[in-house]
Amino acid sequence: MRELQAALFALLALGGLAVVLTRDPLRQALVVGVYGLLLALLFFALQAPDVALSQIVVCTVAVPVMILLALAKIHGGEHDEEDRKSSPEGEPR
Amino acid sequence: MSERARLGLFLGAATGMAVLLAWGMAGLPAFGAFHGAYALLIDHVVVAQRHATDAVTAVNFDYRGLDTLGEEFILFTSVVGLAVLLREQRSERERPPARAGEEHRFQGASCALRTLTLLLVGPLVVLALYVDSHGALTPGGGFQGGVLGAAALLLVFLGGGYLTMRRLSPHRLVELAEAGGAAGYGLIGVGGIVFAGAFLKNFLGYGTAGELISAGTIPLLSMAVAAEVSGAFVLLWSEFLDQALIVRRG
Repeated sequence: MRELQAALFALLALGGLAVVLTRDPLRQALVVGVYGLLLALLFFALQAPDVALSQIVVCTVAVPVMILLALAKIHGGEHDEEDRKSSPEGEPR
Repeated sequence: MSERARLGLFLGAATGMAVLLAWGMAGLPAFGAFHGAYALLIDHVVVAQRHATDAVTAVNFDYRGLDTLGEEFILFTSVVGLAVLLREQRSERERPPARAGEEHRFQGASCALRTLTLLLVGPLVVLALYVDSHGALTPGGGFQGGVLGAAALLLVFLGGGYLTMRRLSPHRLVELAEAGGAAGYGLIGVGGIVFAGAFLKNFLGYGTAGELISAGTIPLLSMAVAAEVSGAFVLLWSEFLDQALIVRRG
């Protein structure tokens, strides 16, 4: 059990580093999901299954979805601006 | 500031930080050492007192039920605040579908992926209900089950399309679940005042420990939280999806 916990702590340190070093927000949303899953496994190994369940659903489902949707909105807005520039009267399509 | 001065400042600060960190870590208790008298006490008395086999849920919904009420309303007010922020504004309009019946589908999602996603919806709903209703018996409870239930609707969006998800979760119903769950928690608390003399005090029979209907008001409070959390998360994601897919500035 101790070995599993130690391995998960080490993996989490690497995972945190991976999240910070990922520069593209889109990929970062996915990496942070994997990191959250690792954190849930650690909670499970530390015998806190209630917290692990919350961690799984929030950090691997709720948070990445919100980040992805916010990114989609930002990129969609950029397309709108391009539409406006490309149409001759400056009217949005 | 010159590069040399900045490097010096960083090295000084980093050394100080490293020394303080090492000093602090040297004084830490051993890994796994635990001195929480309250937790040890709860572990001993919870099954006898509350007939609940999951101590964490018993603490959340009974011993510290008021804290959970506060947490529930934090989620409630933050989602209401988000709905107000992301309302359709005067400079925005909803973009009509380019052709009739167009679903805001993901481009590139294969048929196999969509079928698998839709196949997972049913099991996920069952799992959510299981986690909701067995909060007092096994790890889990209203919050975890509530988010799982909301995630089932998200799968409908991923596999089917946004308009299908909206048809399955009309705004009115989602808001009703959120508000009803929050109000239900408070009303069960008031029931404690009326029937047992204190806010959130259990006023139902405890039943047999380990059975589905046991532990008094804990399962009811758990279901109220589940409705509130499901509603809150579906509302949250619908508002974000509206913004990302439908609303356009124009």
